[in-house]
Amino acid sequence: MATSSNDSPALLDIAEVSKSFGSVEVLRSVSLKVAKGEVVTVIGPSGSGKTTLLRCVNFLESYDSGSIRIDGKEVGFRDGGARQRRSERDLAGMRAETGMVFQGFNLFPHLTAAGNIMLGLTKVRGKSKGEARSIAEHWLGRVGLAHKADSLPAELSGGQQQRVGIARAVAMEPKILLLDEITSALDPELVGEVLAVVKSLAEDGMTMVMVTHEMAFARDASSRIVFMADGGVSAVGPPKEVLAAETTNERLRTFLARFRASQF
Amino acid sequence: MGYTLNFNLIWRHFDKLSGGLLLSLELALISIAIGIAIGLVLAVWYVSAGRIVRGVIAAYVEFIRNVPLILLVYLVFYGLPTVIDIAYSAQTSFVATLALYSGAYLVEVFRSGLEAVPRGQIDAGKAIGLTPWQRLLHVRLPTMMRITLPALSNTFISLFKDTSVASVISVPELTYGAQWINFNTFRIVEVYLVVTAMYLVTGYALLFALRLVERWYRTAR
Amino acid sequence: MLSQIAYALPFLAEGFALTLWVSLLVVVLSLFAGVILGVGLVYGPAPLRWAVRIFSDTIRGIPILVLIFFVYYGLPAVGVHLQSFWAAVLALTLFKTAQVVEYLRGAVASIPKGQSEAAMAIGLTFRQRLAYVIFPQAFRRFLPPWINGVTDAVKGSALVSLLGITDLMQAINQVIGRTYEAMPLYILGALLYFAVNYALSYASRRLEQRFAFIRE
Ligand SMILES: Nc1ncnc2c1ncn2[C@@H]1O[C@H](COP(=O)(O)OP(=O)(O)OP(=O)(O)O)[C@@H](O)[C@H]1O
Ligand SMILES: [Mg+2]
Repeated sequence: MATSSNDSPALLDIAEVSKSFGSVEVLRSVSLKVAKGEVVTVIGPSGSGKTTLLRCVNFLESYDSGSIRIDGKEVGFRDGGARQRRSERDLAGMRAETGMVFQGFNLFPHLTAAGNIMLGLTKVRGKSKGEARSIAEHWLGRVGLAHKADSLPAELSGGQQQRVGIARAVAMEPKILLLDEITSALDPELVGEVLAVVKSLAEDGMTMVMVTHEMAFARDASSRIVFMADGGVSAVGPPKEVLAAETTNERLRTFLARFRASQF
Repeated sequence: MGYTLNFNLIWRHFDKLSGGLLLSLELALISIAIGIAIGLVLAVWYVSAGRIVRGVIAAYVEFIRNVPLILLVYLVFYGLPTVIDIAYSAQTSFVATLALYSGAYLVEVFRSGLEAVPRGQIDAGKAIGLTPWQRLLHVRLPTMMRITLPALSNTFISLFKDTSVASVISVPELTYGAQWINFNTFRIVEVYLVVTAMYLVTGYALLFALRLVERWYRTAR
Repeated sequence: MLSQIAYALPFLAEGFALTLWVSLLVVVLSLFAGVILGVGLVYGPAPLRWAVRIFSDTIRGIPILVLIFFVYYGLPAVGVHLQSFWAAVLALTLFKTAQVVEYLRGAVASIPKGQSEAAMAIGLTFRQRLAYVIFPQAFRRFLPPWINGVTDAVKGSALVSLLGITDLMQAINQVIGRTYEAMPLYILGALLYFAVNYALSYASRRLEQRFAFIRE
């Protein structure tokens, strides 16, 4: 597991990305490099732009300036710097290279757990039904749901649904996995099972950018923490360093203080 | 299509259309007033009644909803007087039909509205010592009204359009006026263009006005 | 009296068959037209969206009877000659198409945005998202109101009797003209319409319950 990105080449390179919704500037010249195998957790107060940043990485959201590259390739715009939006087909291809896990799971309710995972494998990766099925079963096994392959999402608990959501994303073998508050919609007793899955993926070397409010998890499982405030990166570094920066970073101090207060 | 539009004859006979429109509105208004009465009484009765009464009310509702309006219009105007000793004008007969027709739709509207009144409100009414009758009048019906007003508006607009069926028994409402001009002047495209516009403008103006009333009712006491 | 009606039964049966045939044609044609226009309304470019919106709001804003007369008397006036049967089918199809457009729009709009986003995130193209994620879900929400709405086509079809087409309504009126047995015949006709429409609305309610379970 890499601990710092400054020397290794970046898998994900976010450079001076800005974005506004109407007159509100949500991202202000955000830059961030993530190396292969890194687990970066993003923390920050509500409305600081964490979700928007993640959504820009797989171009669910466009941005106004700057660039986002994965493996050197611009995500949403054509190569050549003209800021021409990629074609629908190109965009789909680029998005298949990033996995995303959603706060609200967003499983396809008309498909079984296995069906959810197989859809991308067959339609995007062009695998046969049989091949896709065995990949789906493999990943369902990894997230501890081998016995639920043929259950519909409505028949699964929240924690189980989110584990299927993770399996659906990683089965596509993305270069990078984006996770946005994936445990916030869960009952507290179900959070652990989902985080355990994320941890085991991290140990396998999966590159991840994860927005979370689970501070203990951020501290123990990530290579770096990014603290966002007001649409910008306010602090970034190894967990210990960032959490220690509390003494000098006024915003971080307020955020952590408020956070601790809400925990107890 | 070498058809040249000429509206002169339409304007000359426009009284047929303007008078027809007024009559359409009048028919719709009287019908919904009676329909609301039928709907309210039956809905209140339904929610507190036993199985037999419920069955009878449900049968009335389902029958009306699943039979074409034109057949009901014929049945009441031509059929009923052959078996019972009554005589009425086409207009009265049509209003009776449309009232029964809207009543069936409104029973459903009011019934689901009554069932949507939160339990807590009724209990609160009990707690302050209201009699069942007072609870109905001061708690359940006002709340139900608020819930059902949009559906009531929609029913009225569609009744307004349904009045066109009265033309089949020669009630001189708007569609009848259109047909009269159609057959007497042969400015066919023109008359239906004008009548289409009249139905659209009136219908959407009504809708707009009723939405305003709903907004007012939601905020007012 | 009963014997007279029994004598007319084959004639009434023919009218009933015509009613069913008109309804079936209208339902099938409007399904195709309505789904295509509905997709145009939801996903099309702005001019198409506006055109479909105006079409649907206009058709739904006027009485079916006016629409029927407009098509039946208006088309020949501008030089388009259709048999009255097809003029009736065309008018009813226009009316029903506008309904289908609205059912489709409602069904698609009821699918949460997260579903398309999840589909995008695994790399599905626009068409694939529609085919494998949006439509299969929208279909479940579309089907119950659509089946229930078939009753509107059946009921509306009774108006074609006014164009001299011998459907069930017209057959009843003609038999009454010969036998003067108005009440029994109207009641018989009402029961026939009722049987068809009640079966349809019953099916729609059953489907709704079944799909409700799958949803959540
Ligand atoms: N589609 C949108 N249209 C307009 N404003 C938006 C939209 N999406 C987000 N915003 C605004 O952008 C800002 C950043 O939102 P974002 O969701 O990225 O914050 P966040 O850091 O993820 O917050 P949270 O912790 O609450 O999830 C907020 O002020 C939000 O209101
Ligand atoms: Mg967020």
